[in-house]
Amino acid sequence: MIGPTLNRRRLAALIAATGGATLGACDKIADDDKVARGVGTAEVLTRTVQRLILSPGQLAPEYRESEISKFFKPNGSTDPESDAYVALRDAGFKDWRLEVTGLVEHPLSLSLDQLRAQPSRTQITRHDCVEGWSCIGKWKGARLGDLLTRAKLKPQAKYIVFHCADSLGDADDGSEDYYESIGLADAFHAQTILAYDMNDQPLGVPHGAPIRLRVERHLGYKQAKYVMKVEAVASLDKLHGGYGGYWEDRGYEWYGGI
Amino acid sequence: MTEIAADDQAAPTATQPKERLIYRHTLWVRSWHWINALSLLILLLSGLQVFNADPQLSWGMTTDFDHPLVSIDSAGDGPQMRGITTVLGHRFDTTGVLGASRGADGQPEDRGFPRWATLPSLRDLGAGRHWHFLFAWIFVVNGVFFVAYTLWSRHLKRDLWPTLDDLKSIPASIWEHIRLKHPEGEAAARYNVLQKLAYLVVLYGLLPMMLLTGLTMSPGMDAALPGLLWVFGGRQSARTLHFLSASGIVIFFLIHIFEVFAAGVFNEMRSIVTGYFVVKTHAPAPAPTSVAAAEGAGE
Repeated sequence: MIGPTLNRRRLAALIAATGGATLGACDKIADDDKVARGVGTAEVLTRTVQRLILSPGQLAPEYRESEISKFFKPNGSTDPESDAYVALRDAGFKDWRLEVTGLVEHPLSLSLDQLRAQPSRTQITRHDCVEGWSCIGKWKGARLGDLLTRAKLKPQAKYIVFHCADSLGDADDGSEDYYESIGLADAFHAQTILAYDMNDQPLGVPHGAPIRLRVERHLGYKQAKYVMKVEAVASLDKLHGGYGGYWEDRGYEWYGGI
Repeated sequence: MTEIAADDQAAPTATQPKERLIYRHTLWVRSWHWINALSLLILLLSGLQVFNADPQLSWGMTTDFDHPLVSIDSAGDGPQMRGITTVLGHRFDTTGVLGASRGADGQPEDRGFPRWATLPSLRDLGAGRHWHFLFAWIFVVNGVFFVAYTLWSRHLKRDLWPTLDDLKSIPASIWEHIRLKHPEGEAAARYNVLQKLAYLVVLYGLLPMMLLTGLTMSPGMDAALPGLLWVFGGRQSARTLHFLSASGIVIFFLIHIFEVFAAGVFNEMRSIVTGYFVVKTHAPAPAPTSVAAAEGAGE
């Protein structure tokens, strides 16, 4: 059955051609947006299993002062240019107010000083960017769970949305404004804070001044910077692209735990 | 490996070659092999897409931006763009492959691994991650079934675990491999010692290592199982080990393919597709009372 006339060169060429065609086809398929979303449905499995393994109260690892990164890479927006933000920044965020709105019984509007007077938590945690790098920083901020308890969520509230002052594109119609969202379990997690201090200094502009979200146990793009408004909602469908975040609307996973 | 058919030609003399067809790979092993091969291919290509988002490797918990162990960068612009790969402080010009390679428009593009090595070929971290995690699940489920099978069917003990005689034959086997001499006759029906050790290192070393170092990069998993960080020396160490293990699997793959061609590509391919493998013997085949037959392991 295997004669001595075996033509290895032709076989090798055939294998190479098949392999090449498969890769080419794979790539065509991979570039299709619908396919990308289809492939992305595996996230449901990933998220479900992660939530099974991760008990709600489990803390992300915390580190020693000596482990704080000397250089913490600022990523995404590092200097928002909108007139409204620039005016707030130039006045030292004196006029900045954090709105806590949406499906809450008692909407809040807090100045930075009032936010600093809220129950706080200080933590030294690791920031893992979706790109791959990691930095360790020390964060102090108001506990989001306590703020939400004060505002009293309505029973329909399922998600907490963070509206930010920065925009990653050139559009001025708000379609490229940064936003993020998390579920209630993460919103009430002990390490979930609206951080106003980083490494014992007021949060700098490159890192999201005056406040950024720290939702440890998740990737960097979930840690929304320049937070202006916290909104409790029942569904994410009607917000921007409908996937629950600026990067989620552009193909990233909503849960972002891996 | 069960003998299922003996050549029933007239009894050959001791010098006459004789072909015997054996059933070498069970359907379980063959299915696992091909699903695993496809998964690893997609995981490699999408993994390089993910790597390209931050083409450097560090040791420890965090990234050492100033002195990474390995970094792939570009220098210059336009047609003059060069790719520079730095390994432990040594710089190499890798233009065309690493750091700077041709983009979709034919012009040099600043990217770690080139278009042909990533899935998708365009820079798209989100899509790369979707492919990576979907096939990570397929790889893991397939692998769990296979490990259970190797234990339950005694494939591990019977076919993969080296015997004392095997271990004693390591020097001889190395010499045989160097001369590209492959076992013939009955010896070809079972794995040789280097093959066994290579499969064991990959199956129970590199593949689980890929999974565990991959999980260590997850901030969620690190909260659930902080011990992972301790075992691998930090998140960036885990990322580096993930890359090195993947490189190990690529090296295994190249040797594996080389050996398939060296040992006879038709016979090897037939055995991993249909299960049947031809053994050439120069002596009359022994009576079918092999261990496997005696066990009645008709897989």
